[in-house]
Amino acid sequence: MANSRQESGFQIRRIWSDERARSALFQILVVLGLALLVAFFVANTMANLQARGMEPGFGFLQDPAFFEINQNLIEYASTSTFGRALVVGLLNTLLVSAAGIISATVIGFLAGVFRLSNNWLVGRLIGVYVEFTRNVPVLLQIIFWWSILTGLPKVADSLSIGNSLFLNNRGVRMPAPILENGFGWVALAFLLGVFASYLVGRWARRRHMATGQPFPMLWVGLGLVVLPPLLLFVALGQPLDWDIPEKTRFNFRGGFNITPELVALWWALTTYTGAFISEIVRAGILSVSKGQSEAAHALGLRPGLTMRKIIIPQALRVIIPPLTSQYLNLTKNSSLAIAIGYQDLVSIGNTVLNQSGQAIEVVGIWMVVYLSLSLGTSAFMNWYNSHIALVER
Amino acid sequence: MKSVKYFAAAIVAAATIGGASISHAATLDDVRAAGALKCGINTGLPGFAYTDDSGNWTGFDAAFCRAVAAAVFGDGNKVQFVNLTGANRFPALASGEIDLLSRNTTWTFSRDVDLAFTFVGVNYYDGQGFIGRKSLGVKSAKELDGASVCIQTGTTTELNLADFFRVNNIKFEPVPIETNEEARVAYLADRCDVYTTDASGLAATKTTFENADAHMVFPEIISKEPLGPLVRQGDDQWADVARWTLNVLINAEEYGVTQANVAEMAKGTNNPEINRMLGSEGSLGEMLGLQKDWAANVIKAVGNYGEIFDRFLGPNTALALDRGQNALYTKGGLLYAPPMR
Amino acid sequence: MTTSPFFRQPNDMLPERAPPVAMSGIIGWLRANLFSGWLNTGLTLLALYALWLIIPGLLNWAFFDADFAGTDRFACTGTGACWAWFDQRIDQFLYGFYPDEQTWRVNLALFLILPALAPILFDKMPGAKQLRWFSLAFPFVATFLLIGGFGLEEVPTNKFGGFMLNVTVGLAGIVLSLPIGIVLALGRRSKMPIVRTLSVAFIEVFRGVPLITLLFVAAILLPIFLPSSFSLDLVVRVIVVVTAFASAYMAEVIRGGLQAIPRGQYEAAQALGLGYWRMMGLIILPQALKISIPGIVNTFIGLFKDTTLVIVIGLFDVLNIGRTMISNPDWLGLAVETQVFISLFFFVVCFSMSRYSVYLEQRLDTSKH
Repeated sequence: MANSRQESGFQIRRIWSDERARSALFQILVVLGLALLVAFFVANTMANLQARGMEPGFGFLQDPAFFEINQNLIEYASTSTFGRALVVGLLNTLLVSAAGIISATVIGFLAGVFRLSNNWLVGRLIGVYVEFTRNVPVLLQIIFWWSILTGLPKVADSLSIGNSLFLNNRGVRMPAPILENGFGWVALAFLLGVFASYLVGRWARRRHMATGQPFPMLWVGLGLVVLPPLLLFVALGQPLDWDIPEKTRFNFRGGFNITPELVALWWALTTYTGAFISEIVRAGILSVSKGQSEAAHALGLRPGLTMRKIIIPQALRVIIPPLTSQYLNLTKNSSLAIAIGYQDLVSIGNTVLNQSGQAIEVVGIWMVVYLSLSLGTSAFMNWYNSHIALVER
Repeated sequence: MKSVKYFAAAIVAAATIGGASISHAATLDDVRAAGALKCGINTGLPGFAYTDDSGNWTGFDAAFCRAVAAAVFGDGNKVQFVNLTGANRFPALASGEIDLLSRNTTWTFSRDVDLAFTFVGVNYYDGQGFIGRKSLGVKSAKELDGASVCIQTGTTTELNLADFFRVNNIKFEPVPIETNEEARVAYLADRCDVYTTDASGLAATKTTFENADAHMVFPEIISKEPLGPLVRQGDDQWADVARWTLNVLINAEEYGVTQANVAEMAKGTNNPEINRMLGSEGSLGEMLGLQKDWAANVIKAVGNYGEIFDRFLGPNTALALDRGQNALYTKGGLLYAPPMR
Repeated sequence: MTTSPFFRQPNDMLPERAPPVAMSGIIGWLRANLFSGWLNTGLTLLALYALWLIIPGLLNWAFFDADFAGTDRFACTGTGACWAWFDQRIDQFLYGFYPDEQTWRVNLALFLILPALAPILFDKMPGAKQLRWFSLAFPFVATFLLIGGFGLEEVPTNKFGGFMLNVTVGLAGIVLSLPIGIVLALGRRSKMPIVRTLSVAFIEVFRGVPLITLLFVAAILLPIFLPSSFSLDLVVRVIVVVTAFASAYMAEVIRGGLQAIPRGQYEAAQALGLGYWRMMGLIILPQALKISIPGIVNTFIGLFKDTTLVIVIGLFDVLNIGRTMISNPDWLGLAVETQVFISLFFFVVCFSMSRYSVYLEQRLDTSKH
């Protein structure tokens, strides 16, 4: 700038009227304010922790937990560490969330499609289901289903199927597979079969597109996936045994057990989220213009095929983004497990917090884990969404 | 920036509305300034902390809060009860949200030393036991191999249980539960074979069963659970107020001072111990920074230890607990308060 | 004779015939809506069977075999539900531990919501402009009514409980989160990178974690973060975190509203020479907020249901009041009855609000006209 010193007063005003300079100044102020606020909280925290003789840090994760967990997907005993207990909790969260997401999607799609069916009664009944579950707190529903499940027959009067699967108010006890030497080969054959059928499927689809010749993909694929492992299984002398549950004095022993807490939580989350998903699916289907289905009918496609090949693919574009946030909600709602004693990340974290007194650390772990789960799910669903998006021509 | 400012302003405004208080070393002054004792109790445990039909908190633990309020204010109703879960009881006390915690809390080394609290005494000697159906045919907790056990999470009982089963080399399926009420429901539904918690809690729970005779409390007590009130470490005067309120309750029972006769006895008796306690002789109250008649007010408000016990836990209540270890030392129990001198 | 082709004269046209019985009236409706194919027939029969299983049992339990009077559960001798507690305990379910003689204040605050909401929801109503000042003042009036002071007897917040606590936390959260949500939404669309990043971070963090972990923050961590000379009530701390939580959702709702405003509106405002704040405050936000109302109502429904989670940190919301009641020896074991009652309450409130939001959406959806 040519004009300088004597006009310095002018320059301040010019900075003020320059949008870039103004926004830079504003942002500096924001950062300063935020830094002050953080410093305020950190200083308070330090002072308070010192006053209470509490030592921050994650060293406690190495200390033995001394409490038991009733559902552990990995090895765990009461002498394991707090850190391992939290990992067990995380896996339990992932288990119920994954199972819930799958079943809620199935229920949601079915309910969404059938609510639009021309059967008046079915449409109404699904409407009642959707409105009732959506408008009652999910916490109440979890507790409700748990009360129902604990009303199942007692251990002594267990319902059983073939004397190897038992249902009672302590859960479903079923035989657990025991893998013997050589089962690894069978598993390998299975994986190879899946891969091979994927390759064949790609080739078949390309040929179908190019020449219009159909290919019996279902049967070929099934054969590839099932036959080789089955042959190998027989050839290796059936390297698999079952651990069949046996009745002992109090409980069943052996096999594995699905607790009523898991079932109640999973089912409540499924029906609750399923109701929301059904509304999303319904809106998605309604968003596809009527001309599409009429055109499909005109081409002679049957209603089921029209739904599968014409309506749903187009509706998915509308459905996927809100579906993602329902998946995230389900994962977050799984933290209500604490109300019925399903030992998920929050429930075990609460115990760890109680026994160790390390509140900041435990809450920090919760937040980081749930944030990562959220961001991970969002990233995956965004990828899937861009994958299925219509290629605009 | 704006949001931050709003946020801060909202907090400040809320603090003013919500009743901000300055907490420093002199808790007694703070309590006087606030006009009420902020006392932490359970969110609900039959006999110890529960609401009556009109919504007032009452029970064995709540009575101790009222006793301390009576010592400070001369009025046992100047209490603000704060209901706390297992998880937030200690943070609430540490942060000054409450002045006193009277929530069936076990006195342990780490709570006293590591968490920086001061237990002012023991007002209930408890121990962890088991309850199970008689039809199980179990005589001892050691026979519980393979059983499902209902257990409240985040408590010392959870740790004791794991220890007990590990030491005896037997296995169990824990059924973790948040509150006593849920545990009761789960046990009655046969979700678990036995329920374990403090023996007092077991007795309380058992009385609520339709068919109490079908259940039995096992003879084994697998832990020591001395329950008592606690305060923050570092304010000896306030700890003394709480400690000697507890001692007054116990001594009053020993000397036969009751809610009914305290007014009469406060005028003076031929027992100098009683006279010093109730304030007609000496100046014990002033030494604590309280009124001369502080102890008389305590007894007027809630009665002596025995009366409190009988009112909330004793044979005439639904819980029907024995005094047992909680009898005075003169009657074969463990209650022994230092002299008022 | 000549033959001429037959044709009808206009005046002896055949009368219109009714459609076949099977296609009209009740039978026709049944055929079209319930039995139009084997799949549909099967579904209908299945649904009827399910109803036949559920309805009579439910009615018997809830009404015909139920007991309605008594002072404890032993008065309930029927095989159905026991509703005797309702009479004894309804006040606790509604007001928690709020002093009996002061409950009129809660009722009044609840009632005043109507005039406060009216000018926002029905902007064409006469006198709406004046009432808007009352809408702005309402949060303060309600706070004063509930907490007291200035002549009214003070009621500490730990007396709050029952539905009143759920409603208070839900409403306070939504009202306080509105301004914060607006700021965050504007921040997220700002051209300033730091402001945008911070807004996005705030929104994503609070939307990414479960409310329950935030409640633990309120119960356990906030007292550690704040100076020790400064202690907040648990209810106030809960409202603080609930507000932060709701702000993140609110920001996304309002962002949706902002995105729906056509570019021309911005350009026209700029052409008039309006600066950023005046453009936003006078032109964009009023329109954006209006179309965001259904989303705001939905956020409120979600938040209101979530207020039941405060049971986890020991507050006496309606769920906890129910739990306390059924641990009282007089009312032991009435879990299902209390759960049904509370569910119905939430259902009625949330369902009517969601209907309203659907209605608003339809009214605002100008594409159909």
